[in-house]
Amino acid sequence: MDLHEFQAKELLARFGVSVPNGQVVETASDAERAAERLGSHRFVVKAQIKAGDRAQHGGVRFAADAGAVGTEAAALLGKRIATAQTPEAGLPVKWVYVEEAIDAAQSLYAAVVLDRTTGRPLLLASAEGGDDIEARAERDPDIIQSIPLTIRDGTADGDFAELAARIRLTGAFAAAAEQLFRRLATAFVTLDASLLEINPLALADDGRLVALDAKLAIDDNALFRHADLRGLRDFTVRDESDPVELEAQHHQINYIRMKGDIGVLVNGAGLALATLDMLCDAGGRPANFMDIRTTASSLDIARGFQLILENPSVRAILVNVHGGGMQACDTIAEGIGIAVRRCVGGREVPIVISMAGNHAEFARTVLENTGVRYISGSSPWDAVQKAVASAKKDRPSWLSSLVAKRV
Amino acid sequence: MAILVGRETRVIVQGLTGRAATFHVGRMLDYGTRIVGGVTPGKGGSRHLDLPVFDTVAEAVRETGANASLVFVPPTRAAEAMIEAIGAGVPLVVCVTERVPLLDMVRVRQGLDGTRTRLVGPNSQGVLAPRIAQLGVMSTASAAKGGVGIASRSASLTSEIVAQVTRAGLGQSTTVGIGGDPVHGLTLAECVELFVEDDDTKGIILVGEIGGSDEEQAAETIARLRPAKPIVALVAGRHAPKLRRMGHAGAFTTERAGSAAHKIDALRAAGVQIAPNARQVGEMMRDALAGV
Repeated sequence: MDLHEFQAKELLARFGVSVPNGQVVETASDAERAAERLGSHRFVVKAQIKAGDRAQHGGVRFAADAGAVGTEAAALLGKRIATAQTPEAGLPVKWVYVEEAIDAAQSLYAAVVLDRTTGRPLLLASAEGGDDIEARAERDPDIIQSIPLTIRDGTADGDFAELAARIRLTGAFAAAAEQLFRRLATAFVTLDASLLEINPLALADDGRLVALDAKLAIDDNALFRHADLRGLRDFTVRDESDPVELEAQHHQINYIRMKGDIGVLVNGAGLALATLDMLCDAGGRPANFMDIRTTASSLDIARGFQLILENPSVRAILVNVHGGGMQACDTIAEGIGIAVRRCVGGREVPIVISMAGNHAEFARTVLENTGVRYISGSSPWDAVQKAVASAKKDRPSWLSSLVAKRV
Repeated sequence: MAILVGRETRVIVQGLTGRAATFHVGRMLDYGTRIVGGVTPGKGGSRHLDLPVFDTVAEAVRETGANASLVFVPPTRAAEAMIEAIGAGVPLVVCVTERVPLLDMVRVRQGLDGTRTRLVGPNSQGVLAPRIAQLGVMSTASAAKGGVGIASRSASLTSEIVAQVTRAGLGQSTTVGIGGDPVHGLTLAECVELFVEDDDTKGIILVGEIGGSDEEQAAETIARLRPAKPIVALVAGRHAPKLRRMGHAGAFTTERAGSAAHKIDALRAAGVQIAPNARQVGEMMRDALAGV
């Protein structure tokens, strides 16, 4: 679960991390009122999108007074902002965060991230923070320093003083950094975060270290032990997801919309990725990524199949299933049968199916018995080719039914 | 012989009395796997599937002489179950549980340091040595005994590759699912080392996918060992949908090594044959073994 900046800052403040005073708003007039309430000599108005490099793409604006805050907020709200970290179409700005501007003597960088190779969290720090840090680190990797963290008794321990020294902080600044690093490590573990990044981390004129931006992601698999984050989760679910992707999630299905015209249904993420690769190699364009989780029932699968049928771009559907111990082919065949029966009277889309593994033969009987008309693929590759050929044919006429007449 | 398991493997199942475990243990017993007991705290002294149930792993090991544990415990308690098995000195722990919290796996990895336990998973379909043992939830329908060692990060794709290998007339020495989670036990690189040492393994197939750095690590190991056995690799996800990225931190760690192109380049440079897609992995291995 990725959080917005304003949510991340609110959580981090609970761990003693200094953040500027700010308020999140949905309208320009509220932005103006927020600025009046905050009362600062200068303000920042920040588009709340969950991606980096906002500043370089006009998503962070400065304003001298409350009136200017309202103007900048109006310019941002309702816009889409695209950066190197967003999908091509960008992300919509539904909220802006109005903050007091902090005068920074220096911009630092700090992050806690999981190193997949060692299986340990790493605390990263740099004396040179800012939006283009990635490009600068590419040229000079030494500007980023890191220490490994060890999880012990519900918190994370590491040589925080060493890290402060390595980014050449001394005296009171080093002590402040050491304390901040410890707080970030504690927040990371306590919140079950999968990512925590402070960039820039301002060394303010008054000597404080202030988190000017914050990126925080919480591990979805750990939400069961964070009753306190339930409100945030509900908000995130409503705020973020494509309604179709969200409905799929409710049905134990991972669904991601894509731009092509061939709907794809596969069990398992790896097989789904491999199927998209084959489809593209064969000259096809996938309309979606779909991974049916092993926990999905035939009714869940039926809903997933309907989501594909309901996508108007879809001109052919490719089903590639390898039944395993957790989910046999017949469960998926049953789901397809239910979906097709529910859609009687809808438009006809050619369906190509390859099934192998546990209960593949029985699954073909299920398809037969439920009257699903489909093109059989003798192997995944054969099915891929047939799906590509089907999608390239003239758009099929709107026929009465997907179900064979005898049913 | 196979890797990781053999005829001497005696398995206990943690979470034996649960519904999923009950179903799969039945299948594993039918396959001929030597399952000698189970562990469910609070149910010690009872019997399930005609197997003795113990309260703790240590007790189960002492009473049954088990040398492997299969973890079927729900994600809320899976880490504690793995840590218990590691603490009891079980040499092989296989965890099939999906959705284990990330930081729980960090603690499990810390618990593994300095022990002799090999952990497979979590989120693994398990280990299958045809005609020897099945420790996991994979399909066994298309498996056959033979000389190809398969290590993979994804269950259903592996089933497809296993079927291809069998159709190509080769069969498998062992198929290992290392699991799809970011932090896991056994790596692809360690599988390569084990397969290289295994006399019955004549060729190795690696099934990778985007994300993480398992494939790059395996490439380093292969470049170092320069094995005489042919290795074929498939990396899935060249055409995966582009996702949003949060911040720069990922770019400063191993995420840099996450793209399909990066993995394919690293493996190819190490002398691995790259399967263009999932279509003909079995045939490629057959040709490689025939010296074509």
